[in-house]
Amino acid sequence: MAVSSLETGAPVEPKRSRFRLSEKWLAPLLLAPSLIALFVFVYGFIGFTFWVSLSNWRSATRDLSLRDPIWTVYERLFQMPRFQADLRNIVVYTILFLLVTVVIGLGLAIVLDQQFAGKPFFRFVFLFPYALSFIVTGVAWRWIFNPEIGLNLLFEQLGLNRVLGWFGMGPFKPGWLTNPTVVGDMRTWFPGMDGLFAQMGIPLAMIPVTIAAVWQLSGFAMAMYLAGLGTIPMEVREAAQLDGASTMQMYRQVILPLLKPVTVSVLIILTHVSLKIFDLIYAMSGSGPGFATDVPGIFVFEQTFRATRYDLGAAASIVMLVLVAFVIVPYLARSVKEL
Amino acid sequence: MTDLQRLIQRNRLSRRGFTAGAAALAASPLLARFASAQTPITFEEGAEEELEIFSWWTTGGESAGLDQLFAAFSAGSPDVTIINAAVAGGAGSNAQIALQNRLSGGQPPDSWQSHHGKELFSLYVDPGYAEPINALWEEQGWLDAFPQGLIDQVTLDGNIYLVPVGIHRGNVMFYNKHVLADNGIEIGDSLSVDDFFAAADTLKAAGVAAVGLGDKDTFAAPQFFENTLLGALGPESYLALWAGELGWDSAEVTAAIETFARALDYLNEDHAALTWDGAMDAVIEGRAAFTSMGDWAWGHVVSKGVEDQIGYVTHPGSEGGFVTVVDGFTLPMNAPHPVNARNWLRAVGSKEAQEVFGPYKGCIPARTDIDASLFEGYFSWSIDALASVASVTSLAHGSSASPQLRQAIFDATIPFVVDRNVEAYQQALVMAAEDDV
Repeated sequence: MAVSSLETGAPVEPKRSRFRLSEKWLAPLLLAPSLIALFVFVYGFIGFTFWVSLSNWRSATRDLSLRDPIWTVYERLFQMPRFQADLRNIVVYTILFLLVTVVIGLGLAIVLDQQFAGKPFFRFVFLFPYALSFIVTGVAWRWIFNPEIGLNLLFEQLGLNRVLGWFGMGPFKPGWLTNPTVVGDMRTWFPGMDGLFAQMGIPLAMIPVTIAAVWQLSGFAMAMYLAGLGTIPMEVREAAQLDGASTMQMYRQVILPLLKPVTVSVLIILTHVSLKIFDLIYAMSGSGPGFATDVPGIFVFEQTFRATRYDLGAAASIVMLVLVAFVIVPYLARSVKEL
Repeated sequence: MTDLQRLIQRNRLSRRGFTAGAAALAASPLLARFASAQTPITFEEGAEEELEIFSWWTTGGESAGLDQLFAAFSAGSPDVTIINAAVAGGAGSNAQIALQNRLSGGQPPDSWQSHHGKELFSLYVDPGYAEPINALWEEQGWLDAFPQGLIDQVTLDGNIYLVPVGIHRGNVMFYNKHVLADNGIEIGDSLSVDDFFAAADTLKAAGVAAVGLGDKDTFAAPQFFENTLLGALGPESYLALWAGELGWDSAEVTAAIETFARALDYLNEDHAALTWDGAMDAVIEGRAAFTSMGDWAWGHVVSKGVEDQIGYVTHPGSEGGFVTVVDGFTLPMNAPHPVNARNWLRAVGSKEAQEVFGPYKGCIPARTDIDASLFEGYFSWSIDALASVASVTSLAHGSSASPQLRQAIFDATIPFVVDRNVEAYQQALVMAAEDDV
């Protein structure tokens, strides 16, 4: 058939159909390797981790038989005062970190959106910390918050404590990362929380950690907002000005609502960075005094590799996955709907 | 050769390097002994080309001690290239993780460093990574050369799995002589719990922190607790506790926890910011009077050249016990170079190697037949104590409890330093012991 087509000079039918066939299979074929890799190395290992969490693998000797009763390790995990403290810490840290980072990021973006000399320079300066590794940030800020030499020394040299002394007040010498105090206790407000061992308040040692994380990531939030501001057409701003809106009104009622999608993206990205935090805290304060800065990431690392409690480490990893899923799944669902 | 290969090649310690190093060290009188004596150890024939040794000895005295062990091996097997696969990190915290990865992946080194007791058994024997070395022990006559208590702690079901090289003592109380003298406090040969608290009260009244602790490292507070337990219970009950014969809910343990809580009232303010060496510095500088630590802290004192200002005594009440922190080497199942691996163990177990290793590493030899006149000052005190008092295991350094129980006790101790809730702490300890498999 092909030959006769060539002889008559007609369009080459079979060839085109063969091409169509390959086109139909091309996309799946090209996607297959990464899909297989994705299923094996992501979902496969999530499944394996979940299996390990239910197994008897509680020592250096691998034992994948299922534990009886099967949920024992999760029960133990949530009873552990350390893990309760970890969940408290990660929630406190995430909320503080998100609030401050978004506010500072947005503020910087609005300032940098104005016309002034040296704008690219400042944009670079604010984004720069984002290029550093968390380990570097952690080590540097650990020294800054060292109670003997860091900031406290600066306060002392500036004469702050002398001024406080004039008013009959003691010297201002916070312990920063070494302060084990937990402020407030939700257990006294909610009767259902009586069974918790860890004090459910705000661990003060978490604040320096939050400051370090904000320092590193507010530049990222700023970059996202700057990109968002760049997409808002001048006409919109001009229209607002023609309608007699003040600058304040223009930002509050026109620009901020238009930036909502950016805010959602920033929040999602930062939340999952925050929930998985490990390296920054490990370098900066470790578990902290009385587990004041311990987080699930450090818990997983120590239980799995130091204590060889593979079951406990896997269970805590699954809890972390669920925490992140709470944030990511609604976001993905929304994006799919928008498509 | 690629750059990587060249880099590896450069980092391998060649025989020539060792001879040069040994010649330089021979200048010291102690080492002249080793260099001139040559090795009397008979090595097995059929050496392979390489020997890979895994440890966490990377800092000054530690790596110098390791080099001595290498030299002892090279004296008998001069043509073998030694690969030093050391991973940095205090108490093996990072090294043990890296090693587990290698072992579970079926890539063992030719020998690795391990503590004795539970850590050896749970991490290496139970999963089948270590090979019994009874034959080697008999061949070398080690059964008569090492203390029986120590042999028991490297033996499981009749099989021996470790060659101990050096012993540290964990229950030592170091103090600043000047600070105590200024406050009219005298320390005798031992220190009772009551005398300690009397001294602590005097110091507190004078505005000095009696106890220097550096619990930024997670092992420091548990080590303080284990020393307190030993002081309160005595060596027999202490060992019974780890053997599961004495309950964690017993009144003796409650009393020990109360003593621990009481001692924590005298802590230095910045304890959470310091590591153990920072706490030792606080004592050296007089900001704290006492610190309870293993005798590797004495190495820190020596490195600062302040031996004359720092005194040592056993942790309050614990003079009847010697908390042993033993370092030794194993033989892996399926060692890549089995002949070299066995020769390495022959070398490190030898009297000659242990006599030179100790002074560098800052520990005492594990063998009992060493020439005690080679050791002086603190070390001779420690050797005498090991020979005369009961040896006990250490929680903080792996030998008392499985890694799982150890972590669970650590997890209970760290909040206790802050909240001092005796009841909750004891409850957590009981639960930890119940949960241990």
